[in-house]
Amino acid sequence: MGDVIFGLLAVTVGIGASYGIYWLLNFLFSLLPQKILKKIQWAAFLLPALVLVTLVLLVPIIQTFIWSFMDDRVKEFVGLENYITLFTDPNFISVLINNFLWILVVPAITVAIGTAVATLTNQVGPTREKIFKSLIFMPMSISFVAAATIWSLTYAYVPPGRPEVGALNSIVNLFGIESQPWLTMDQGRLNSFLLMAVLVWLQVGYSMVIISAAIKAVPEETLEAARIDGANAWQVFARIILPQVWGSIMAVFVTVLILVMKIFDVVLAMTGGNFNTSVLALEWYRVFFESSDIGPASAIVVVLFVLIVPLMYVQIRTVKQQEELR
Amino acid sequence: MNKLKRISAKLNLPSTVTLLILVIIWSIPTLGLLITSLRRRSDAEVSPWWDALVNPLSTVWSTEAYQNSIESGMLDALVNTFAVTIPATILPLMIAANAAYAFTFLQFKGKEIYFAVMVGLMVVPLQAALIPVLRGMVWFQREFDIQLTGTYASAWIVHSAFAMPLAIYIIRNYMLTIPTSLIEAARIDGASYYKIFWSLVLPLSMPAIASFAIFQFLWVWNDYLIAFIFVGQTSPVLTYELLKLLGQYGQGWQDVAAGAFISLVVPLIVFFGLQRYFVRGLTSGSVK
Repeated sequence: MGDVIFGLLAVTVGIGASYGIYWLLNFLFSLLPQKILKKIQWAAFLLPALVLVTLVLLVPIIQTFIWSFMDDRVKEFVGLENYITLFTDPNFISVLINNFLWILVVPAITVAIGTAVATLTNQVGPTREKIFKSLIFMPMSISFVAAATIWSLTYAYVPPGRPEVGALNSIVNLFGIESQPWLTMDQGRLNSFLLMAVLVWLQVGYSMVIISAAIKAVPEETLEAARIDGANAWQVFARIILPQVWGSIMAVFVTVLILVMKIFDVVLAMTGGNFNTSVLALEWYRVFFESSDIGPASAIVVVLFVLIVPLMYVQIRTVKQQEELR
Repeated sequence: MNKLKRISAKLNLPSTVTLLILVIIWSIPTLGLLITSLRRRSDAEVSPWWDALVNPLSTVWSTEAYQNSIESGMLDALVNTFAVTIPATILPLMIAANAAYAFTFLQFKGKEIYFAVMVGLMVVPLQAALIPVLRGMVWFQREFDIQLTGTYASAWIVHSAFAMPLAIYIIRNYMLTIPTSLIEAARIDGASYYKIFWSLVLPLSMPAIASFAIFQFLWVWNDYLIAFIFVGQTSPVLTYELLKLLGQYGQGWQDVAAGAFISLVVPLIVFFGLQRYFVRGLTSGSVK
């Protein structure tokens, strides 16, 4: 009980203090003569944000960048050594391959299933549409760790002799195949693909929502005109709907792509990065938290950053294009 | 014949059936975990969870796993998660709304540059800033003897900073739709910019703020990395506890399952209760 009270107190004080800062800022500013006040009035509103972002985002990023050229304990500069070590390490190359596979597979499948669901739900009655959509969308609300728990159970492996708990194993048993420890099997990176399924499961809801909004925005007249001309359902979809929602599909694709590049929690929770499943963000975590090697860890995150920046540039441009069309 | 055709067209059987199959596949994993969490340990050791599904009346349902979880720390974790999440939702919104107000309605030198930098920082993956922030906090603690790491406040600060770029971008976009004539009228009436913000602009911007709030709430509630690094074992949050539990599934899946569902309850309530705002947040661009 004491914990709850302490928690409540902490929350109240925290929020009250922040409001207090703005009140105080404004009070101090109002003491200034009118002429000066006019010029710096904006700071009373913007200063906390600027300070916060500079101290917690801007400076640290520059710091990380500099550290990537330094040694483990960031005492001396080592130039490009960290990067050279990384790119000549077969393990790291394997990690890069994993990231590459992830971005190859997940966004495309997520968008495909999302589009399919958006189209199908558009054709059934409104109540059914709401229910189906809610159920598919639901996984978006849970944490990656909870999702990892759900799917770890699905992929679970029990030694022979004890009853099966994993849904996947019991399904393959029906086909006469023996139960396997799926998450440890890296032949053809099978385990990575199983992990990717988790992310697809999580993100299809998002793609469905965005694409569904786009599909509903397609003007009824264009659909009518096509039907009058004798087009069947598939032709209407491929020739009329698809081109008009392509922008949204692309926007979703890029957004999921960026999310996938940063994938971390799911892999950490389900395999710890072992059995060849590790990805960039997880490597950063491992190198820093398990070996405290700051220089090398910084180099890894810079690689991640460098790979993401062009993607974000594409995303911002796509979103802007979308906004202009609207 | 016509009536039948009409009814079948409305039902659209093929679509419905396809969707039904898809939804079932989608929900099986979650259902499996739910059922597992409601069984007794002794039962879970002799039969798989779908046995309980097909024989619901002959299985012994029990909440013993939930009781175990609550006693062994999940309740504390729930309190901690609230204590981290609520300010980490309210604070960034307050800070971002003030900043967006300045960007939208005030004129000052360097406005474009500040905005470009602010929004440009959206690009950065949070891992790129975490180590320096952590070391910075440790240094700060040693210099000024004020505890930071291990407290809720450190998580609030980090979450607020990371939410800034996107929040300012979205709220400013919304504020642009507020007619400047309103502001001018208030100014003519002698109101200060401070008053105009808190009593006029902020209430008008609530739709955008509410949508982002839900998104931010879920993001912080479900976060593992920042809570792990900055709050850690001192006041573990749900994701932290759950990850620990997951590593111990050898003791029986029912405890892990119960723990997972305890962590899911609040997000699910928020999600189903406020789905409309959540969707609006997504379509306005709130993705991380």
